[in-house]
Amino acid sequence: MRYAMAIDTKKCVGCGDCVVACQTENNVPHGYCRDWIVENVSGSYPSVQIELRSERCNHCDNAPCVRCCPTGASHIAEGGIVLVTHDECIGCGACIESCPYDARYPHPEGYVDKCTFCKHRVDKGQNPACVDVCPTNCLHFGDMDDSNSDVSKALKNRKWKVLAPEAGTEPQLYFLT
Amino acid sequence: MTTRRDFIKISTAGTGAAALGLSVLNWNGVGKAFAEVENIPASNTELTPYPTYCEVCFWKCAGWAYVDTNGKIRKIIGNEDDPHSNGRLCPRGTGGIGMYYDEDRLKTPLIRGKKPDGTSYFREASWEEALDLVAEKMDKLRKEHGPECLALFSHGTGGKMISHLVKAYGSPNITAPSFAQCRGPREVAFTATYGEDVMSPERTDIRDTKCLVLIGSHIGENMHNNQIQEMSQAIDNGSTIITVDPRLSTAASHSKYWLPIKPATDIALLLAWIHVIIYEELYDKDYVEKYTFGFEELKEHVKNSTPEWAYGITTIEPHIIRRTAHEMAAAAPRTLIHPGRHVTWYGDDTQRSRAIAILNAILGTWDRRGGFYNPEKVHLPSYPTPPYPKPKRSWKDAYPPGKYNLVNEVLSTGICDATIPNPDLSCHLRGWIVYGTNLMASLPEQQKTLEAIANLDFLVVIDTMPMDIVGYADIVLPECTYLERYDYLRTSPHREPALALRMPASEPKYETKPNWWIAKELGKRLGLEDYFPWENIEEVLDWQLKKIGSSLEEMQRIGVKKFKRKYDDLYPLDNLPDYEFNTNTGKIELYSTELDAEGFDPMPKYTHHPEPEEGYYRLNYGRAPMHTFSRTSNNHNLWDLMNENSVWINPKVAELWEIKNGQYIWLKNQDGIISSFSVKARVTERIRWDSVYLVHGFGHTNKKLTRAYGRGASDSELVTKITMDPIMGGTGMRGNFVTFLKEDPRKEVKA
Repeated sequence: MRYAMAIDTKKCVGCGDCVVACQTENNVPHGYCRDWIVENVSGSYPSVQIELRSERCNHCDNAPCVRCCPTGASHIAEGGIVLVTHDECIGCGACIESCPYDARYPHPEGYVDKCTFCKHRVDKGQNPACVDVCPTNCLHFGDMDDSNSDVSKALKNRKWKVLAPEAGTEPQLYFLT
Repeated sequence: MTTRRDFIKISTAGTGAAALGLSVLNWNGVGKAFAEVENIPASNTELTPYPTYCEVCFWKCAGWAYVDTNGKIRKIIGNEDDPHSNGRLCPRGTGGIGMYYDEDRLKTPLIRGKKPDGTSYFREASWEEALDLVAEKMDKLRKEHGPECLALFSHGTGGKMISHLVKAYGSPNITAPSFAQCRGPREVAFTATYGEDVMSPERTDIRDTKCLVLIGSHIGENMHNNQIQEMSQAIDNGSTIITVDPRLSTAASHSKYWLPIKPATDIALLLAWIHVIIYEELYDKDYVEKYTFGFEELKEHVKNSTPEWAYGITTIEPHIIRRTAHEMAAAAPRTLIHPGRHVTWYGDDTQRSRAIAILNAILGTWDRRGGFYNPEKVHLPSYPTPPYPKPKRSWKDAYPPGKYNLVNEVLSTGICDATIPNPDLSCHLRGWIVYGTNLMASLPEQQKTLEAIANLDFLVVIDTMPMDIVGYADIVLPECTYLERYDYLRTSPHREPALALRMPASEPKYETKPNWWIAKELGKRLGLEDYFPWENIEEVLDWQLKKIGSSLEEMQRIGVKKFKRKYDDLYPLDNLPDYEFNTNTGKIELYSTELDAEGFDPMPKYTHHPEPEEGYYRLNYGRAPMHTFSRTSNNHNLWDLMNENSVWINPKVAELWEIKNGQYIWLKNQDGIISSFSVKARVTERIRWDSVYLVHGFGHTNKKLTRAYGRGASDSELVTKITMDPIMGGTGMRGNFVTFLKEDPRKEVKA
């Protein structure tokens, strides 16, 4: 089993609903976020393109944040989900520095926090909160090992890319282009 | 202008200040258990869902407010049976809880007082005292000048109950800025063409369209929920999207064609499209022949409106105009030229909307799949109350007889005109109730609004937040948010008729009360109790629901109830049956006999509009997906997503002015009005060089909005020039031009 997410940049409107849904589902404190929107503008008027991406932790197969964690708080759970055990985290911030995606933030209560792919929901057979709220239906989640999962189907006939492939992290967020 | 009605920055005098300044969250007792539950993800706690429909915008999506065992509202999730949301709320709906938790909310009734030095302040009052005072003022007005001297500005669901009160009181002057400042031209134009309007939610069949044309309509930045969802489906289906916008909007970025039109020239483009479609014989001949009136006149009218002619005006190249016309024709009748929503731009907006209606008509898209569907809604019987008294006068008396004959709603700006004393007026308006609309941001020409306010005997504001308008009130009545109250049922036209219930997920916080209670209490004090013959609104809802085979108990369980359509006519003209339209000729009027009779152009003409002088740029404005009007800018959840607006400037222009991306600047308009606050420059290739762009709803002047105050620039305060639509009184607001100031202009004055 390997959980992953595909994000359709052809449909995302960058509304930020995923961010608010995550905030209310996971009690993310005001001023912080586990997911966010990136807008890339290229070209010059009038040949301009924009790419909108809903981004979060890439739940990398080769996760630098896990390797550098001195206490083992950062770990890889079943299905490849990268998690932080809050009680074991000393808040040193090494993982924050090591992440090429800037996916982690220091929670005011003293630990490092990040996207969990809403493991508590996924364990119950539900989608992450961001996936279920998206008005454009541009987020697809599921098991890469299951060819019938939403994410597998979304990747089947589309071109895609990952972010910072040169970092060798083997990220599990796929951006449909 | 100095008046007795100074703006009060809600500085309460005496003991009130301390109480008002406090943010009190413990309406239900905060304990240790509370904190523990709060750290558990919402889905892992025991939650009770309460049905609601959103009031953050007018789309009113239905959903569930989830409340934990401590009574805390944890999240709001869409109702899957709801055709507005399909189970997915937009960011504002999801973030609606921020409205409920906002510690800056109005917490208690406030009454204006005067200090010995003459300055105004607000003092806290009991509901009893505040309502007595409002009733006393309304009674005095009624006795001395007649009930028609009262006006209500209203927006949103709760306004219906206040409207009921005002109608029972005897005034016809009930207005919403959503007509003359927003969709009015569209409604008048489509009614002139098809005999009916496009309604809300719009009857646009984006789901099934093969070619979607957006003209200045930025779906995706306006979050009209099911339209966004359907545009996404259209993208999946490989539909062609054509977007006309001086700015690369989000929708434009997802489009096959972006036509970066020169602002104020849209009618030229529309006429050129009509020209190509008629003269290349690409129109729907059967449909046109069977249903339309005036085709030959139209053909003659657009004879010279060639793409080459339009190129010189719009800057859109002729081959692009042709190619996009061909795309529309190839997909027709499953083509949709979207009528837009906020369409009060240049003063000839009814005519532009007419051009859109005509283009749709010759492509045969009305009442057909992939164009415009025929919506149906559930008709709820009204709870029996006595008939309203017949008003003797109305706001229209402020205008010469015959003006605005085609206006079927009350103009907000007309209310202002009728409030400013005029020797020719037998009666002018003397009392205003403002419900849920921040007139400082929703009306153009702030000076005129202020002049009208200065002439009032009294101004009552009912709101949940200390919006800018609150500072001008004599009496402030704090309403509870939509998450803390029942309201009338939502019944709206859609593909499938559906009802939605809103019920409280929590007791009202602070000393706030629902609109129905406020209306009933005022009614009681004004001798209008017969109009409120119920104990509470639940009684009304249950009565209405039982009349149509449901009940309040059922709706509390399911939130949304779908009904079968009475008629199988979602796309009634798909097979070209005989059909009579509700127009003078019984046909779709390409040539409008109604406009002709009123002395207006029966077919739309292009007129040249003023252009900015050197060093000035046209001010365009629009929406961001996470905010609604000016009402959400203090909502903490949404503020987290966007906490200020920025002014979009083309890089070549920025270079000329030596303005860096991210630099704070001030804007000055053609009348010398300078933005109250500085605004961040967003230097971007996404916009033309002749215009700038602001997201509407920022630059609040009320310090009590602790997060929103002073952030960004208000487009409304820079819209001091309006171009009136002669047909329906719409206030064209995109004829304002701004220039840049790099230093704080107010500092300069002091030096």
